[in-house]
Amino acid sequence: MTQSRFILSRRTLLKSAAAVTLSTPMINRAWAADPVEINMLAWYGHAEPDIVGEFEAANNVKFVPKYYAGGDNMLALISQSPPGTYDLILSDAEFVQQLNAAGYIEPMDASLYPFDDFYPEFQKFPGHWVDDTLWSVMVRYGLLGVSYNTDVLTKAEAMSYNAFWNPKLTGKVGHFDWHLPSLGQMSLLNGNKSPTPFDIDEAAWAAVQKRTLSLKPQVGGYFDYGGTFSNLKNGEMLAMVGIGDWITGVLRKDGAKVDSVIPEEGGIQWTESYSIGKGTSKTEIVNKFINYMLSPAGQVKSIEMAAYPGLSPTKSGWKAIQASNPDEAKRSGLIEGAENDPIKMFKEGRIFYRDTPKQQTLEDWNDFWSEYKSA
Amino acid sequence: MTEGSRLYRLFWRLPLIVWQGAFFVVPVLFLAAMTFWLVKNYRMEPDFVLTNWEKVLGRGVFWDAYWLTLFRATLAGILASLIAFPAAYTLAFRSSESARRFALFCLIVPFFTSFLVRAYAWQVILAEGGPINAVLGGLGLGPFAMLNSGFGAMVGYLTLVLPLVVIFQTWSLSAIDRNLIEAAWNLGASPRRTLFRVILPAARTGIFVGAIFAFILTFGDFVNPFYLGGSKPPTLSILIIDTTKSGQQWPRAAVVSMMMILTLFATTAAALRAAYRGRG
Repeated sequence: MTQSRFILSRRTLLKSAAAVTLSTPMINRAWAADPVEINMLAWYGHAEPDIVGEFEAANNVKFVPKYYAGGDNMLALISQSPPGTYDLILSDAEFVQQLNAAGYIEPMDASLYPFDDFYPEFQKFPGHWVDDTLWSVMVRYGLLGVSYNTDVLTKAEAMSYNAFWNPKLTGKVGHFDWHLPSLGQMSLLNGNKSPTPFDIDEAAWAAVQKRTLSLKPQVGGYFDYGGTFSNLKNGEMLAMVGIGDWITGVLRKDGAKVDSVIPEEGGIQWTESYSIGKGTSKTEIVNKFINYMLSPAGQVKSIEMAAYPGLSPTKSGWKAIQASNPDEAKRSGLIEGAENDPIKMFKEGRIFYRDTPKQQTLEDWNDFWSEYKSA
Repeated sequence: MTEGSRLYRLFWRLPLIVWQGAFFVVPVLFLAAMTFWLVKNYRMEPDFVLTNWEKVLGRGVFWDAYWLTLFRATLAGILASLIAFPAAYTLAFRSSESARRFALFCLIVPFFTSFLVRAYAWQVILAEGGPINAVLGGLGLGPFAMLNSGFGAMVGYLTLVLPLVVIFQTWSLSAIDRNLIEAAWNLGASPRRTLFRVILPAARTGIFVGAIFAFILTFGDFVNPFYLGGSKPPTLSILIIDTTKSGQQWPRAAVVSMMMILTLFATTAAALRAAYRGRG
């Protein structure tokens, strides 16, 4: 029978002391203060590790996301929360002034952000400013057009919103279930470009409704974020109204035969912007994060975001993606003068930013959307 | 009854009364009050106006969704009851005790998984490129558009309620006094006559309760009409979501909810009355 013995020799003591000393960083790390929580209200994916992981590790913060799909959904969530619930709000640009009017966001100090690096089109973006007060800072944007299955439609066929009425797509046209992008595209198809597809009089609004209802026989369903992905991927839907590369870009990476184009009638721009939540006590770290996301490294993360890709509003963001991922820069048109260069399309007057209806109420548009769905 | 025994009974009833009061009566009263509120600048403000009721009940969209939801829930209740009965009958009368226990366990197992996951699985199965259409294609049939249709939604409804209905029916059929069935046989009743004159009346309560549960679960379901029916056309649950998107119109969504609750009350009361008719 053996007997276990423990003798604390000088050598053992030294070895133990050395081990403790070497592991001190780990202990320090474990004993470090709990990370500061930043409550973020955002579209899905914005607080995932591929976006915030490095910032969290470097600044001892932890993002706590509440995800939504659609500006109306965001307003619903924030209106049910007490002031100070959210430190950082990622909003669609068209809802920023509604957040402002309802008192949900703080004014921002424009001198803290690199607006000089922004393309001129985005430096004083409508909806982000009231006179000279800044309420939100654009971090990314994207374009909505015709999204289609490349086995069924050619690019030439997809270059008009009329493609949705193509007999090859009967029963196979899907809608992203949000009235603004779909009705905005119908408005563009009707030629409502001046001033914008969302600023239309009653006669034009009636025409948009008529045009939309005529699409009904083609429609196969109305889908949320997940449903849009799965139905395009499994070929259940062959074209989708109201979306763009933010969906098809992800699916293409996965091998799906889908693509998006900006048709001749023009495209709709979605815009995502950061605002600071009213009553937050974490303004400093939130501003640091916004600047991190606007830096070249942050913009590359945004462009390559796993949940859905976006375009960069900054010149340095374009340069950074061209250097780090030329294929993605080419695919998303972030090369000056490229065929799908979004700035070129802005200059040509082909892009209109998604907005809330100007001459009707949001409720009017949504009520029609419900009627359309049940027609 | 003495004061002491009354208090004793009240003591045991109290948890249920408190629970129902706190988690059903109070929320429903709040919901009812909310139907009279107004929304100003995306915030609800307490008020007492009939605008929301007029707006919702005055719209054809609401009634379209209402009748569709009622029809689908009724159909799901009937289909589930009809499909479940042979299985329940076999389990009650043609299976050993251990086989019945195992089968009931198997019927409970699907509830271990999220229903959303099961709905997504059906999306794959029912898709045009899915396995069902692949098999039918091998036979020279199809492809059939099963997903994003009323059929797809009904498949989802039955996935949700069928195990529950089989369980209810099995319990009900198992409780039938076997002497009654033997007596019917001894008196020369045919199997069909025994089924319709003895077994079904005796199991009526369980069959009705199973159908009511199927109706209730289907009537308020959002997942199936949205993910398998493609929101086409919308049911009441989808209409609630759409209404809340319309500038925070929670009061109008509350009107739709109240109409659903009133319908469920009326239907359930009528069904239970039919189930227990003639019983003490």
